[in-house]
Amino acid sequence: MSRIIRFLVRFSALLTFGVLFFIVGYILFRGVAHLNPSIFEFEYTSDNVSMFPSILTTLMLVALTLLVATPIGVFAGFYLMEYAKKGNKLVEIVRIAEETLSGIPSIVFGLFGMLFFVIRLGFSYSLLAGTFTAAIMVLPLIMRSTEEALLSVDDSLREASFALGAGKLRTIFRVVLPVAMPGILSGVILAIGRVVGETAALMFTLGTATQLPDGLLSSGRTLALHMYMLSTEGLHVNESYATGVVLLVIILLINGLSTFLSNKLTKGR
Amino acid sequence: MRSKSFEGFMKGVFLASATMAIIAIILICVFIFSSGVPFIAEYGLFDFLFGNKWKPSNKPPSYGILPMILGSIYVTIGAVVIGVPIGILTAAFMAKFCNKKLYRFLKPAVNLMSGIPSIVYGFFALTMIVPIIRERVGGTGMSILTASILLGIMILPTIIGLSEASIRAVPESYYEGSIALGASHERTVMSVLLPAARSGILSSVILGIGRAIGETMAVILVAGNQARIPTDITKGVRTMTTNIVIEMAYAGEEHRSALIATAVVLFVFILIINGLFLIVKRRSAN
Repeated sequence: MSRIIRFLVRFSALLTFGVLFFIVGYILFRGVAHLNPSIFEFEYTSDNVSMFPSILTTLMLVALTLLVATPIGVFAGFYLMEYAKKGNKLVEIVRIAEETLSGIPSIVFGLFGMLFFVIRLGFSYSLLAGTFTAAIMVLPLIMRSTEEALLSVDDSLREASFALGAGKLRTIFRVVLPVAMPGILSGVILAIGRVVGETAALMFTLGTATQLPDGLLSSGRTLALHMYMLSTEGLHVNESYATGVVLLVIILLINGLSTFLSNKLTKGR
Repeated sequence: MRSKSFEGFMKGVFLASATMAIIAIILICVFIFSSGVPFIAEYGLFDFLFGNKWKPSNKPPSYGILPMILGSIYVTIGAVVIGVPIGILTAAFMAKFCNKKLYRFLKPAVNLMSGIPSIVYGFFALTMIVPIIRERVGGTGMSILTASILLGIMILPTIIGLSEASIRAVPESYYEGSIALGASHERTVMSVLLPAARSGILSSVILGIGRAIGETMAVILVAGNQARIPTDITKGVRTMTTNIVIEMAYAGEEHRSALIATAVVLFVFILIINGLFLIVKRRSAN
């Protein structure tokens, strides 16, 4: 009996991680050979299907999304953890809203973004519409990691700061925030990963234009969208693999950094 | 004095930020429902939900989404059948069967697994799983089976993450008590720790179901997307999510309302799943 259980447990773990490494290895193996200079050319044409504009668009979208979502998410975390009193009804509702938001599928965010930002507010398919949609999507992630990071800060630090005469705001920004920083950052980095990998929410908000957006109200496509368009068109399978490689490398870096930072937080405690 | 009013001002800013999540949820509900519900009311709820013909370009068009509802349910069940047992057992392995050194490597691997973009999973399935299914099982390879395998893989990190945490949260005394009574390590994990962690594991499964039913871009590539009720698992299928993406680009006005109405039904599914998740989680917290 024990032997069967041990076998099943080990077999499952082997299967899980085997599949993971197979997927990563397969994409890297098939794609690296197709990382030609031509797919990094500055201008996209239907011949070179360059991913260079998509890389820049991805960077822009990530930067703008963080610009919108990080302050809101972190400040919301401040309110929930540092200001709100225990048993506060509002906190309860915010928590439910936060959890519901994180469970909504990205296609629903995409439709909402299309109905609200693209059509109602008249942004059309644009960087701006994509930014706001993505910001709402990663908001719960940043809030959650901020809350957890603040929770891990020892109360004696706060008390010491108050005892020395510092106000609440000063305590938060000068004492609590530096200690909680790695945890918050690891959440922000995960949010970057989420935006980089997103497709469904951006298709009808950011749009899928192949050129580089020339302003906030101009459309573009991120790397993940680029890969999706290439895969559905079916004409550029090799370039899809190559785009997959770039995406995976970005995700690997992002995850590595996030793990490093959250380890730092637990060590600092 | 100035600093005091600044303190008050910043408190207001923090409070406003905290309410953003609520505002976002309300806006999403309002816009999705107000754009989809009128269509459902006009077309008839029963005909919409239980009509088995989706023919938007017919005259008159028919918008029955039963094939898509069933499609979503089929691939989700398939994903659960494949992903849940493997996920829970892997979680058990990570919590109780592997040494610290291996764990330090596996934990980031699970995080990586949940960070891989869905388009990459979808493309992998398209180029790897689809041909295998086509040759070994039959059909075109784009089928319920393929989508289920893909989604089963994609929900693994969700299930592993939460299940592992809840297995670890079981008090050490349970483990020691069982061992003291002469049960083996394996037996203890299976018949003491897993049952004790059941509400956490159940909530991980619910979350996984939510992920599977909401997944879009990966499923599009491998499910075949035929809008009819499938007769067996090697047949193609269209889910609610993919229905929206496939047709939105060229949909006329009424057609678009029908697609948003599809999203309303999907959204209701998700809200129910989320509600269940919150209930189970609350219960396990008490």
